[in-house]
Amino acid sequence: MTLFQRVLLVIAFTAALPVSAGSGKLIGTAGLNQLEGAGGGGIVPWATLSGYDSDSEVSVNAFLTRVNLDDYRLQVAGASVSLYDRVEVSVARQTFDLTTLGGDISQNIYGAKVRLWGDVVYSAMPQISAGVQFKDLQDEAIANALGSADTSGTDYYVSATKVHLGAVAGYNLVWNLTARMTNANQMGLLGFGQTSDDDYEVMLEGSVGVLLNRNVAVGAEYRQKPDNLGLGEEDWWDVFVTYIPSKSFNVTLAWAELGSIAGAPDQNGIYLSLGGQLW
Amino acid sequence: MVKLLSSVLAVVLLAGCASQPQTLYSEMGGEAKVTEIVNNFVTEVEQEPVILAYFEGSDIDRFIAKFEEQICMVSGGGCQYTGDTMEQVHGGMNISEKDFNLTVDLLINAMDKANVPHPLQNRLLNKLAPMRSQMLYR
Repeated sequence: MTLFQRVLLVIAFTAALPVSAGSGKLIGTAGLNQLEGAGGGGIVPWATLSGYDSDSEVSVNAFLTRVNLDDYRLQVAGASVSLYDRVEVSVARQTFDLTTLGGDISQNIYGAKVRLWGDVVYSAMPQISAGVQFKDLQDEAIANALGSADTSGTDYYVSATKVHLGAVAGYNLVWNLTARMTNANQMGLLGFGQTSDDDYEVMLEGSVGVLLNRNVAVGAEYRQKPDNLGLGEEDWWDVFVTYIPSKSFNVTLAWAELGSIAGAPDQNGIYLSLGGQLW
Repeated sequence: MVKLLSSVLAVVLLAGCASQPQTLYSEMGGEAKVTEIVNNFVTEVEQEPVILAYFEGSDIDRFIAKFEEQICMVSGGGCQYTGDTMEQVHGGMNISEKDFNLTVDLLINAMDKANVPHPLQNRLLNKLAPMRSQMLYR
């Protein structure tokens, strides 16, 4: 059994634990699963864990995300388990289709996150979490051809997230700030580091959103990126609207501007994500 | 992009300070609306066995009066809360995060059924939220 299958199995077995399914958070405050599988926004991991579990519950989440760009298409399928609103384990499979050039690149990402302090809604200070994402490229040829040092790598991040009840003319405001240590090129899809320099750098990522009611959130995100390969890799950003009709389903539509990717400039497009809590 | 984010944030923060000429209490509709919210809340609790169990043996009329007083006080209605402290009221109940949050959902239902506008609901929840630490696991 591959590592990918093992992690999926662990997540599936969580639903069989003799504890109740997660329901103990206000709707809309559990967040989503981001592109690498962690609980978060769309492109940024947050301090929130991906489910509605409180300290006596567990939750299992799954998601499918697609980003259609001018010359590429990114598809992500993933799942995560959140235990007692304390620990999150996630797995994601990214498939990056080179729609103009032909071919595709797959990458598996295994994530873990621990909530260190606070409650995103109820503590006066933000909720703080720390996480890791281990990334394992399945198709190594392009990463090697572009001069990456490695075909697997690990990101480390710390996030702070806060919901301010009624802060914007009575509407709830959510913000997140993440610092990530990484040497990944385009999240790792183009490898890690560069042959003469595989040093880590700290990148800043942020999100801000407003909940228009209990079921709809709008906002924007930003993600700073390194340019290890000298291909003009650019920072990412998006604007999004998320509809959360229930604690078991969410859908997000976004406009993503991902800049230059592997020499192809201005990669912009529609981001669509379906997610939800299975247990 | 940072510039865009900060201008979004600036607009958002300015909107938050724009206008608060009257108290939250009067914006909600004063005493009549608070009474309606609390009565709806009691009805919600009666229909939720998990939460109803916490109310076993308590004087429901006193609860209604004191909760109204408390909402009036935190929303700027000028009332003085004369009940017991939150620690005293919830002592021995050992309220879990899960049940606390379920109760918040019931309060939101109660406000929905009283037609309290969403922004006013959030502002009231914001006033009540700091009490959570005095209620959990006592």
